[in-house]
Amino acid sequence: MDVIIENLPLYWEGFLRTLFLSAVSGVIALVLGTLLAAARVSPVAALRGFSMVYVEVLRNTPLTIAFFFAAIVLPRLGVKFEQFEIAAIIALSTYTAAFIAEAVRSGVNSVPVGQAEAARSIGMGFGQVLSLIILPQALRTVIPPLINILIALVKNSSVAGAFFVLELFGYGRQLANANGDAVITVLLGTAFFYLLLTVPLGILASTVERKVAIAR
Amino acid sequence: MSSVLYDVPGPKARRISLIGSVIGSLLILGLLAWIIMVLAQQGIFESRRWQIFTRTDVWRLLGNGLGATLSAAALSAVIAFPLGLALCLLRIADSPIIRIPVRVVLEFLRGMPVVLMMLFVLLGFGTSPFIAVVTGLVLYNAAVFAEIIRAGIQSLPKGQREAGLAIGLTSYRSRMLIELPQAIRRMMPSLVAQMVVLLKDTSLGYIVAYGELLRAVQVMADFLGNAYLFPVFFVAAAIYIAINIAVSRLAVWIERRGSKKAAGGTAKAEPATVEAGAP
Amino acid sequence: MKAFLTRRKSFVVAATAALALSLSACGGGDAGGTNPSPVEKPTFAAGTTMEKLSSAGTIKIGTKFDQPLFGQVGLDGKPVGFDVEIGKLIAAKLGISADKIEWSETVSANREPFIEQGKVDLVIATYTINDKRKQVVSFAGPYYEAGQALMVNKDNDTIKKPEDVKGKKVCSVTGSTPAATIVDKYGAELVPAATYSACLEPLRNKQVEAVTTDNVILAGFVDKEPDAFKLASDETFTKEPYGIGLKKDDTQFRNWINDQLESFQEDGSYKKAWEATAGSVIKTAPDLPTIDRY
Repeated sequence: MDVIIENLPLYWEGFLRTLFLSAVSGVIALVLGTLLAAARVSPVAALRGFSMVYVEVLRNTPLTIAFFFAAIVLPRLGVKFEQFEIAAIIALSTYTAAFIAEAVRSGVNSVPVGQAEAARSIGMGFGQVLSLIILPQALRTVIPPLINILIALVKNSSVAGAFFVLELFGYGRQLANANGDAVITVLLGTAFFYLLLTVPLGILASTVERKVAIAR
Repeated sequence: MSSVLYDVPGPKARRISLIGSVIGSLLILGLLAWIIMVLAQQGIFESRRWQIFTRTDVWRLLGNGLGATLSAAALSAVIAFPLGLALCLLRIADSPIIRIPVRVVLEFLRGMPVVLMMLFVLLGFGTSPFIAVVTGLVLYNAAVFAEIIRAGIQSLPKGQREAGLAIGLTSYRSRMLIELPQAIRRMMPSLVAQMVVLLKDTSLGYIVAYGELLRAVQVMADFLGNAYLFPVFFVAAAIYIAINIAVSRLAVWIERRGSKKAAGGTAKAEPATVEAGAP
Repeated sequence: MKAFLTRRKSFVVAATAALALSLSACGGGDAGGTNPSPVEKPTFAAGTTMEKLSSAGTIKIGTKFDQPLFGQVGLDGKPVGFDVEIGKLIAAKLGISADKIEWSETVSANREPFIEQGKVDLVIATYTINDKRKQVVSFAGPYYEAGQALMVNKDNDTIKKPEDVKGKKVCSVTGSTPAATIVDKYGAELVPAATYSACLEPLRNKQVEAVTTDNVILAGFVDKEPDAFKLASDETFTKEPYGIGLKKDDTQFRNWINDQLESFQEDGSYKKAWEATAGSVIKTAPDLPTIDRY
């Protein structure tokens, strides 16, 4: 227990870094994922194809390989960044966006057909139908799965520790190595800080779920 | 999919869309060509670097890694699915004495990074890396499977359960005979997506030194020298993507066959409601 | 539902069968290293660890699988390196031949737990002796004394000594001792990686200024790519005495290993082990450091 208290500042620093990575990647992934979902149902064949290929490839790639491309292949292409956080954010957000796109798309499919038909019959175009009628309803039903994806994102950010970003899990391993006599305690401390982020998100998900269920 | 979201495009819209598609495709192809060119300039595609793939020991190592990946994934999936099913039934049990603790446990399991659980099992219980990887994957994925199946059950019309109870089934038998089969079929896409996630997550075994595919590749690149880093990683990425797409396709195929048989009784299949899977 | 489950089962069976095939394909040749001949029927006092291992005819040794020159696994799946050689020499003294050693990979985080839980009999894994670790395991040796150094790009003339990296980005392995030193003592900004070899790309791309770890490991990288990298200086700025980890307070075993290490120095097998492995990069074989008989 002493190990955790003594090293609280380190844990805290790691916690903040993990929070930062997750928050920024989460926002980017939500925007990118929604755009991909919109492309997937759009009238333009090339957009549909692009979105499908993107989602298929990214969903089937291990995150570690996504990180490899962002942190090691990109610099070889001349995309140099001072901070490795940028590579981590690129990897996490492009990867997560694929999952968000799938979730949003299934949400779009769950909106009753009549909604779109009604919107079109009063003269709305595709952009209007999607952004004013379908997405607002779709997003509401997919909020719980979206939060689940964000929980996974928080945990996935731990892979960044192997790719040049020192975050919570990285600090945990550092402390474990420095305190060979209390490895288990150190890991429990790390787990606690992760749960500090993920459990509230999980509770939020089920609350929203219940609310949506009542409203239906 | 002729969509309800937009009118059938007229000749003008079709032309615009075609031109846009061609330009877009060219841009993407151009980008890819540029990437390949830049990498080629750095000598990454020199045949010398790719000759290692003519060696049998390289392929044997990759094969061993792949075997380790698939065995951990297969065993984890086989254990996690029934466990998830059981947890789901407990999670929606009538008695709060069962329901609430199970919910806390599920929340906990879902909230822990898989790497941390693997490391914890390895160090806390002194298991072999294989057991640590499998345990970590089982604990996490069972929790996710439970959530997915629960979402499936809750998306069923209330009448299903009511009818079950009305014909004298017990609560448990109604769940098993009426609700679960429908819920699982309904959530098939999410369940399969989660299987793919499970397969991919075996790559987190690096943390406990489990010799799966990605680790084999890393070890190989270390041993052969940094010049071979790119070739072996490209090959690994290709193997992963191929296997995962094959798993997804296989599942789609199984599902189609299944639903054809079942189609007689049920009404037109509704679209899957929502995906509860987690990457 | 039932039909569906059986189909899933048959899929799993097929997958497992395919897997068994791919696993049985392993096995293989030998890559480098010496093959010390085991002592014929050595005798040890009853009840000692030596006697137990010797009569069992097998020993479990943990080593690193990703540390060039010391413990690195080859394409045939067997580890090679100086640590591995030391392990073979000790096993030979117990009457155990090299092919009867069970090697398992120990990463930094599991060395202490593996010893405590008896998963391995010995850990020979570039394992620095320090006081915190001594509280949970015992150390024989040191059998080698490394020191921390810095590796930079060939054209870099600004970094000569550790003081020069203050506030600069330095790559090292997450949670390793060198990483902690360069941050705590010299104020560098740590860029953590999964393995030391993973640090090479950022260094090449000039996203970090230096890579730091024990000099012998860096020497291995410089040896492979002398046109790209160099050591900032030949001098080291820490002492990393590598010890052999074993169960805490097994003093008899520890003393016995220490005696064997000294005998390896005398009969020249220590030098031979070095030349067969790390000697390919660091030509002058070191002498065995003074044994720490605490």
